[in-house]
Amino acid sequence: MSKKSPYLTTKGIDQLFLGFFHAWKFIAQFFRELFSRPFETKEIIRQCYEVGVRSLPLITLTGFVTGIVFTKQSRPSLQSFGASSWLPSLITIAIIRALAPLVTALICAGKVGSNIGAELGSMKVTEQIDAMEVSAINPFKFLVVTRVLACTLMVPVLAMYSGFVGLMGSFLNVNQNEYTTYQSFIKEAFSSISFLDIYSSLFKAIVFGFTVGIVSCYQGYNAGNGTQGVGRAANSAVVISMFLVFIEEIVIVQVINWMR
Amino acid sequence: MKKVTGTIDYHKKVITIRNLYKSFGELVVLAGIDIDLYKGENLVVLGRSGTGKSVLIKIISGLLKPDRGDVFVLDKQVDRLQEKELRELRLKLGFLFQHSALYDSMSVRENLEFPLTRNVKNLTTAQINEAVEEVLDAVGLLDKINQMPAELSGGQRKRIGIARTLILKPDIMLYDEPTSGLDPITSIEINDLINEVQAKYRTSSIIITHDLTCAKATGDRIAMLLDGQFRKIGTFDEVFDTQDERIKAFYDYNFTE
Ligand SMILES: Nc1ncnc2c1ncn2[C@@H]1O[C@H](COP(=O)(O)OP(=O)(O)OP(=O)(O)O)[C@@H](O)[C@H]1O
Ligand SMILES: [Mg+2]
Repeated sequence: MSKKSPYLTTKGIDQLFLGFFHAWKFIAQFFRELFSRPFETKEIIRQCYEVGVRSLPLITLTGFVTGIVFTKQSRPSLQSFGASSWLPSLITIAIIRALAPLVTALICAGKVGSNIGAELGSMKVTEQIDAMEVSAINPFKFLVVTRVLACTLMVPVLAMYSGFVGLMGSFLNVNQNEYTTYQSFIKEAFSSISFLDIYSSLFKAIVFGFTVGIVSCYQGYNAGNGTQGVGRAANSAVVISMFLVFIEEIVIVQVINWMR
Repeated sequence: MKKVTGTIDYHKKVITIRNLYKSFGELVVLAGIDIDLYKGENLVVLGRSGTGKSVLIKIISGLLKPDRGDVFVLDKQVDRLQEKELRELRLKLGFLFQHSALYDSMSVRENLEFPLTRNVKNLTTAQINEAVEEVLDAVGLLDKINQMPAELSGGQRKRIGIARTLILKPDIMLYDEPTSGLDPITSIEINDLINEVQAKYRTSSIIITHDLTCAKATGDRIAMLLDGQFRKIGTFDEVFDTQDERIKAFYDYNFTE
């Protein structure tokens, strides 16, 4: 006697689509609650501060090092064409268009994403989220909307900051080797990039920030049971955020290149 | 402390459950629950681990949806409520979680203020402080006001959990294993606290436990959960005056060691 399979296709494929459906509902709920009162202004500010301050040291360091290293590594190939005076504009294009938003997003995915995943995950498994719900507080609004908003707002800010720090690192190196002055470095740097570059970079950073926030919150909010669930939530928050950030980077770059 | 009874209104039901079913996948947890909770009454739900006691009060508070059956709380059908109505109903429900579920990023004071300031608008700082101190005093932990939950013992966490639900002055309290994992003396203190709450705030309560001392001390009626149904409901003595081996085993295990 054959038992009827409870799955439409196979277990794996069914679960994949169920997963998409859940994630989609989660995103829809975010936008629904984003525009409904009351706004958790105080908590949003607190989360912005958390996101910003928590990743600031690491972003300063990586931004700066990226600027220096990238300059150092590009110099020989430009020199062989006798074109080392192009160094500032090359570096600026690379940093502003690609490196700053990407590096910032990846660092935030690691630092902020794991934090949100673990925090919400442990709140979930210790029933703190249920406790909010039964005391007539909307946990989605208080926990998820605030964190996703904070990431969406702060990642672009951090990306601009990391771009700035990266350019400073690059300037120090160029200044030491080519004796370029600050004024001419800045002039060269900004003549090479357009507003489209800056806008599209900011747009990317906003998308990345939203991605890190919503993915991490989703993982934490839907964590499985026990301490294992918390660990898994933190881990997949980072992995899935990073994976999606890379995919978005590729897609957005394609779209922007068509627009140019 | 002697239990004060006589304030129970047997004409007014605050919770009515009829023919309630709940399963998780293949696992049937609740299979035809019928029970009433009267105004001012302490109803103890007894049952072994994993019989669905927590699931039952999660359904009552709307955290889980029933598969089948009717659940009325204060004359509202819980699983049919709009979000706003559910929120209003929940203000009248207090829920002590099995593991207290204190917000561990907040101090004791913030834990208590949080449900209050979010649900009652335009309170002055003085009013908030007064409310916080009143409930902390009621559970006897005023000196812990600035502690973090991680710095408290299990019993203290339970009591703060009770204080946090009391602060909204609920009509109905749902206690999930208020004495589990506590020493006998702390357990007795918690039992007294539950009775005090009943007398002082005139709440109706469902108390989940497998601690018979607690059941005896706090329960006006006892309901025995077996195989997803209440097999026996009555006073403590009525429930344990039985030939049912499983109910007898429950008693023997608790009182003869
Ligand atoms: N969200 C859930 N998903 C799947 N199964 C669940 C869920 N919640 C509870 N169960 C299952 O339902 C059964 C009853 O769980 P419940 O927590 O109500 O037990 P309990 O009577 O409170 O036990 P204890 O005294 O140990 O707390 C258990 O077998 C549990 O595995
Ligand atoms: Mg339980």
